Amino acid sequence: MSMAATMMEIGPIFALILVGFLPNEVWRVLGLVLVSGLDEDSQILVWVRAVATAMLAGVLAQLVLSSSGALGTVPVGVRVGAALLGFVAFLIGKRSVFLGVLTGELAIVVGMLAFGP
Amino acid sequence: MTMEPYLALLLLGVLPSEMWRWIGILVGRGLDEESEIILWVRAVATALVAAVVARIVLIPPGALAAVPLWVRLVALAGGVVAFYGIRRSAFAGVLVGEAILVIGMLAFGG
Amino acid sequence: MTAAETTPPRSTVQAFRDGLVAAWTSVFVLVLLGNYVGIGALAYEFGFSLNWMLLSTVLVWAAPAQVILISTLNTATLIEVALAVTLSSVRFLPMVVALLPMLKTKEAGAGRLVLPMHLTAISVWVEGMRLLPGRPAPERVPFYNGLGIGLLAAACVASVFGYVLAARLPTILAAALLFLTPMALLMSVSRNSKTLIDKLAFGFGLVVGPVLAAHKVGLDLMWTGLIAGTAAYVIHRIREAAR
Repeated sequence: MSMAATMMEIGPIFALILVGFLPNEVWRVLGLVLVSGLDEDSQILVWVRAVATAMLAGVLAQLVLSSSGALGTVPVGVRVGAALLGFVAFLIGKRSVFLGVLTGELAIVVGMLAFGP
Repeated sequence: MTMEPYLALLLLGVLPSEMWRWIGILVGRGLDEESEIILWVRAVATALVAAVVARIVLIPPGALAAVPLWVRLVALAGGVVAFYGIRRSAFAGVLVGEAILVIGMLAFGG
Repeated sequence: MTAAETTPPRSTVQAFRDGLVAAWTSVFVLVLLGNYVGIGALAYEFGFSLNWMLLSTVLVWAAPAQVILISTLNTATLIEVALAVTLSSVRFLPMVVALLPMLKTKEAGAGRLVLPMHLTAISVWVEGMRLLPGRPAPERVPFYNGLGIGLLAAACVASVFGYVLAARLPTILAAALLFLTPMALLMSVSRNSKTLIDKLAFGFGLVVGPVLAAHKVGLDLMWTGLIAGTAAYVIHRIREAAR
């Protein structure tokens, strides 16, 4: 499901729940949370964060794997490899975002020079 | 280069985590800030509902499309006038608006 | 001693029934019925199934959000619809925050509050704010649930009525039925527009909306809300500062 999806692609009921029920209910739930004083560690928040993270991962995967745009000229394997290298560098650098991004970018540039048009 | 992936990034990446801090700040600052923000938010929501009304009147579905545009607009305006004219009565507004629509349809179109 | 303290508290079932009665005798039920007859008709004309429409009434329980869903889901992308719905429902936050404390008790957990939270909509909330203070604390949750479910059930019935009617009425009456939704929305906004900022926001929205839609701007509902609403807010601030 791409970001430009319409209801036609996921069906009316799923669409109702995803873009009707959820965005609408979120304000009520927020109100309940504020009133009942749930804190950051409550299970609901843990779940929400998990779902959001999963969705974000999905979007990122799509960005890396999609074959449109400038990145599309680079073979898929190279793109995935560059992303992985960046992640490994992030871990090695003691969770350094800077190192991860730098490594990933270098890898993709090398990849483009080697495999691109 | 579309904006959508970045929008997703903002919505899914930042909001769930940042939201709680913002809320904490909001609640901490007390009523003043809160009511200004609420005021702005209400204005945005009101404008949105207005846009929805306009959309239905200007891009009407089904049977409503059989009514000439100007009849729809006059009926809408008539309803608002009736509302303000008859002691802010929503009932009067709806009644007058509908009446103008039906009469307009009978006389001029449909 | 007040009446709330001298009369013996009513049972949960009795309080719930009181809520139902309050719902069906309230002045808001007429407005609600009118709104939802219109929504039913709109759902039919835009090609949604009766079951979908009922599900939307029960799950979303907010007329403006439902109208947005019905009128844009066919053509807009999901993210546009999601943004518009999100913006249209912000008012639930202060509503729930204002009302739920009246239902809280020290012993009960937040679980009891989930149903009242979901049932909160404009008409339910207004009646709740008015009637809850007169009720002893143990009765309030079942009463509010009765109030909410009563109004929700009435809305469902009205929506089915509107849906079926739209399928069978001749063109002129069907058009009038469809027109009910913009009229009802217009009236409810007009009634709540007592201050300048509300009126400006509405007026600007009426103008900016069609302009953005005509230029086929993506997310036009969201942008209209932001642009027109912010413009109204800015003018309000300028006037406040000038005083």
